[in-house]
Amino acid sequence: MLNVALPKGRIGEKVYSMFEAAGLECPSIRENNRKLIFENPEVGVRYFWVKPSDVAIYVERGAADIGVAGKDILLEYEPDIYELYDLDIGKCRMAVAAKEDFRDNPRKTLRVATKFTNIAKTYYTSLGRDIDIIHLNGSIEIAPILGLSDVIVDIVETGTTLKENHLAVVETIVPISARLIANKTSFKFKNEAIEYIVKKLAGQESTSGDKENNA
Amino acid sequence: MNINDSVLKNEEKAIFGMRSLYRKYGYSQYKMSKFEEYDLYVRNKDFLVSDNIISFTDTNGRLMALKPDVTLSIIKNGRDAGDVVQKVYYDENVYRVSKGSHAFREIMQVGLECIGAIDDYCITEVLMLAAESLRAVSRECVLDVSHLGIVSAVIDGMGADEGLRAQLLKCIGEKNTHGIRALCAENSIPAENAETLIGLVSAYGSADTVLPALGTLCTDEESRKCLDQLSDIVAALNAAGVGDTLRIDFSVTSDMNYYNGIVFRGFVNGIPTGILSGGQYDKLMQKMGRKSGAIGFAVYLDMLENLGDDGEAYDVDTVILYTANDDMTALRGTVRMLTDAGQSVMAQKSVPEKLRYKQLLKMNGKGVEILETNA
Repeated sequence: MLNVALPKGRIGEKVYSMFEAAGLECPSIRENNRKLIFENPEVGVRYFWVKPSDVAIYVERGAADIGVAGKDILLEYEPDIYELYDLDIGKCRMAVAAKEDFRDNPRKTLRVATKFTNIAKTYYTSLGRDIDIIHLNGSIEIAPILGLSDVIVDIVETGTTLKENHLAVVETIVPISARLIANKTSFKFKNEAIEYIVKKLAGQESTSGDKENNA
Repeated sequence: MNINDSVLKNEEKAIFGMRSLYRKYGYSQYKMSKFEEYDLYVRNKDFLVSDNIISFTDTNGRLMALKPDVTLSIIKNGRDAGDVVQKVYYDENVYRVSKGSHAFREIMQVGLECIGAIDDYCITEVLMLAAESLRAVSRECVLDVSHLGIVSAVIDGMGADEGLRAQLLKCIGEKNTHGIRALCAENSIPAENAETLIGLVSAYGSADTVLPALGTLCTDEESRKCLDQLSDIVAALNAAGVGDTLRIDFSVTSDMNYYNGIVFRGFVNGIPTGILSGGQYDKLMQKMGRKSGAIGFAVYLDMLENLGDDGEAYDVDTVILYTANDDMTALRGTVRMLTDAGQSVMAQKSVPEKLRYKQLLKMNGKGVEILETNA
């Protein structure tokens, strides 16, 4: 039985459709109920819906053999997993944004508000820039407006939210998309099934640009 | 005293099995203090799995550390001795920060080091012992083997600088072939070089299937030499009867500032992370002023308690209830009779809450009566 952790939400539904097209169907998942675990013993697959940011934990700890997680989560938590395939969906970017009239003063410590502290630290360390990290859990965009921070590091998809709040992208740190990840032990002992899925997914064309995280 | 195998925990059984295995091949036990000078770890910080170390000031003012690693101490305390290879094994606790909990943990670690004039015999012996160590834990095990010389030759051929090299190695460790392709494209590295590296990273499987396909990927003299060595070692391991455990996997990477040549990781079904890690670390030896080479591995036993269904249906076979008025000689006799028959017995005045037992007895004068049977 192959255990698959899917991120709850639109991306997860799209990913399930891709798995279904790859021959790993589980019709009960499309029923309208509040169940979280769905199984199809005939094809040997069990799906479960988890919070998108938790997928990597389920996979790293072996509760799921494979899963689909955003590159943002993988960069932030650095789980010990294999990143087998870029599904090319849920595309957006991790970016530095600030007020439209922002000018960086290199003589001052830069105050950075973000949910992604590891990504922000790594990025600014690579630039040799001294920063003060302000960890926030949501509504990051208001931090520079209220003077809490100079810039934010966050996911940007269309940029509409930034624009409406008179913010603008200063720099793109890294492009983001959904990735197929696998537990390292599962990759050894369920290798044929996992390699089969990678091959099947690689054969599918990405036809939509649905995103899950919107900035 | 005979020890009933069923009372041993998974990790205890594995330790006994491994100790006996290593002794059989002439490895002697290396015993060390729990503490080591902090400076040793600071100088070799990158070699450690985690750079968080528990330190304290000793009574003489020296800064000490609870050891996070065993290998560094063994190298520090050894001496080069010509052709003689120092063969030691250890089972020690190390103290590291657990990645998940961000808190220090005591981790039971068993391992061995082979230090001196390392040749292919030594490498094969250590790999064979690594495979047998995994088998001591579970028959469902895999030993992934890579040759850093092959990976290094391909990356060197790209002319990658330190930064790019580190990024490529990260992608290799994640089997992230799309990442490798993107990095090579960003850095104007020819597509054929990228595809060679991707070919290596994607080539996972038994030696029989992977090695023949590597000929087209290892085209320069250095990588061909490494491939020949890998093939010879695999043939020797097949002859030693552990070939079915081996997989060739170039995603096994280690810090190339310390490691060189053969590196390997071991996995057993049911434990989500690798439990064995090892390789040749001649470069670490050089950094520590030693002239000889070395190879070794460590098995991390902290995850073994989660292996298999260790949950027993009963806490004890028999509970005997007694009162102060019962005949104590008769009670002792009954307990002795049952334990001699191989049962576990708990004498109590009342049944402890939530205790699971097969049968419940009660002293009745000089005899016993059965109150309940669950088995």
